[in-house]
Amino acid sequence: MSITYLEAIREAQARALAEDPRVFIYGQDVGAFGGAFKATKNLAREFPGRVLDAPISEDAIVGAAIGAAIEGMRPIVEMQFADFSTPGFNQIVNHAATLYWRTRVPCPITIRLPSGGTSGGGPFHSQSMESLYAHYPGLIVMTPATVEDAYSMLLEAVAIDDPVIFCEHKRLYYHLKAPALPTEAMPAGKARIARAGRDLTIVTYSAMLQDALAAAEELAAEGSEIEVVDLRTIKPLDTDTVMASVARTGRLLCVGESFPWGGVTAEVVARVAAEGFGLLDAPPQRLNAKDTPIPYHPNLWLVHRPTAQSVCAAARNLLHT
Amino acid sequence: MLQTLESCGAREAASSFPAQYLRAFGFMLLSRTLDEKMAVLYRAGKIHGGVFLGRGQEALSVSLGMALRKGDIFAPLIRDGAGRLAFGEPVLDAVRTYLGSALGPMRGRDGNVHRGRPLEGLLPMISHLGAMISVVNGALMARRFKKMEGCVGAASIGDGATSTGAFHEALNQAAVERLPLVLVVANNQYAYSTPNHRQFACEDLMDKAAGYGVSARHVDGTDLEDCLRVLDMAVAQTRAGGGPQLVVGRLLRLCGHGEHDDAHYIDAELKKSPLGRDCLKVAEERLLREGWAGAEAIGAMRQQAAQKVDEAVATVQREPAPDPYKENWCALKCSHLSEVFEVPVPATQP
Repeated sequence: MSITYLEAIREAQARALAEDPRVFIYGQDVGAFGGAFKATKNLAREFPGRVLDAPISEDAIVGAAIGAAIEGMRPIVEMQFADFSTPGFNQIVNHAATLYWRTRVPCPITIRLPSGGTSGGGPFHSQSMESLYAHYPGLIVMTPATVEDAYSMLLEAVAIDDPVIFCEHKRLYYHLKAPALPTEAMPAGKARIARAGRDLTIVTYSAMLQDALAAAEELAAEGSEIEVVDLRTIKPLDTDTVMASVARTGRLLCVGESFPWGGVTAEVVARVAAEGFGLLDAPPQRLNAKDTPIPYHPNLWLVHRPTAQSVCAAARNLLHT
Repeated sequence: MLQTLESCGAREAASSFPAQYLRAFGFMLLSRTLDEKMAVLYRAGKIHGGVFLGRGQEALSVSLGMALRKGDIFAPLIRDGAGRLAFGEPVLDAVRTYLGSALGPMRGRDGNVHRGRPLEGLLPMISHLGAMISVVNGALMARRFKKMEGCVGAASIGDGATSTGAFHEALNQAAVERLPLVLVVANNQYAYSTPNHRQFACEDLMDKAAGYGVSARHVDGTDLEDCLRVLDMAVAQTRAGGGPQLVVGRLLRLCGHGEHDDAHYIDAELKKSPLGRDCLKVAEERLLREGWAGAEAIGAMRQQAAQKVDEAVATVQREPAPDPYKENWCALKCSHLSEVFEVPVPATQP
């Protein structure tokens, strides 16, 4: 018996629907069809009238979620792909994110973004949008990297009184498995030491955690002990856990799948450099995707983004600096 | 500290048409008086940011506000002072928001026309045009989930917003969900300075409704009777389950986009045309002609409006402004999830 990352997301939604009458799901093809990735499979049947197909209108989908939230509902919006959240960007960053600050009326919406690259995805079905949303005040941005977190963090996202951007990684949907759903969880805003080590810290999140752990395993065979920090939520960002790890290792490598200008890895490096300069034995490093759109062909895509091999090479380089 | 929406938003079922007309005129007059006071304060440098008037649009706006009931949802736009008052927004809300009072509904965090009381169905607009329509849709969907029947949602936009993707998406969404939405377009001939012929190419904005499967009506925005009749009908029809309604009011903006704008670009011929009539003046003449109110009574109404506005301004001018050092600089309801960003300079007091 095992459960996949995708099934965990489905189960979390089923539980949210079952336990909270304020919850409903709204998105393209989420109804009888069960969603493009089947994250809402059978939910329309199990919860009649509460899992609604939406027209291809991301702006209006998010707008409606905001209106429903004002009226006390807890909508879960599924964007078919994270990339398609851009037509809904205005409602997310200018409306959902500002509502509580402006009016004291909270906006408890959860927006699920099927994120990141998969083979053959190409420029418009592969993007990682977390840094864009994290830039705006008033949003919480979650990037679960494990089956357990996919489940518990999605339930937490629905319970949180603020808008949550839930970045679930498509590459983890089917192949990442856990023996069972978790019965307890760390709270949002806390990072997790995914692997302990003393020679170098890799800070990462979402699917890159798997590549970082594979790299750490390979480097262990060479005698290096790599500590891997899984950020879990990138906003808020758990600087304390990162700093404590860097204090132990003296070396920092930040790995992210998104584009290299700015973003999560730059934020982590900036914080460690500003607040923990004295802890560092070598300049902090970042590894991101290339500064081009995401290529379609697997040969190109393999080189475009960080992989266990490139993480390994970057870590090895930093260990010898 | 905040009052609730004033009960004047509720319609008196038994009121006669002349009484309804006179009541509408009262809100229009109060709105015009409030607008003019805000313009004066703006010119005196007492208001931060812009001032946006509803001059020429009061008849259309008030008719929507009066057709709605307490418990309905209303997303007004920038020229809806009269509709807001009719829906029950206190004068103090407007004055406090324009003057940035810490006691206002927006507490200095947002200004001028960006005000509302979301929990009382009055939604505070964001600046992005067309954006409020789908939010009203969502509120109506929530009402349906909660099995609250008989509610209507209304949103106001201008001719310019009909060009936005948000308008298209939301009107289609309302039609697909068959929501009780009334969408009122005030076609005031200009979106800021852009005239209709650079905004859309269809013969008439009403034509857009057919493409969404939505009913549509015209209304002469300069004629209060036509506005009251058409908006009443549109709201009643959607309340009875008739699905979304589009109402296009034809009128002319009798002011600049904001008080910073002298509106020199407005066609002189349009001003002289029937579109350029001042709906407030037209309504006043009708009241006198029909004998529904005498000159003396109207004079007294004018005086009362001025007094009400002056009192509100005097009250608000004594109220505290927001204090940046006491402000809670947290954008999240879940404050424990808020990050604190260290600033590399020592905190100073003024």
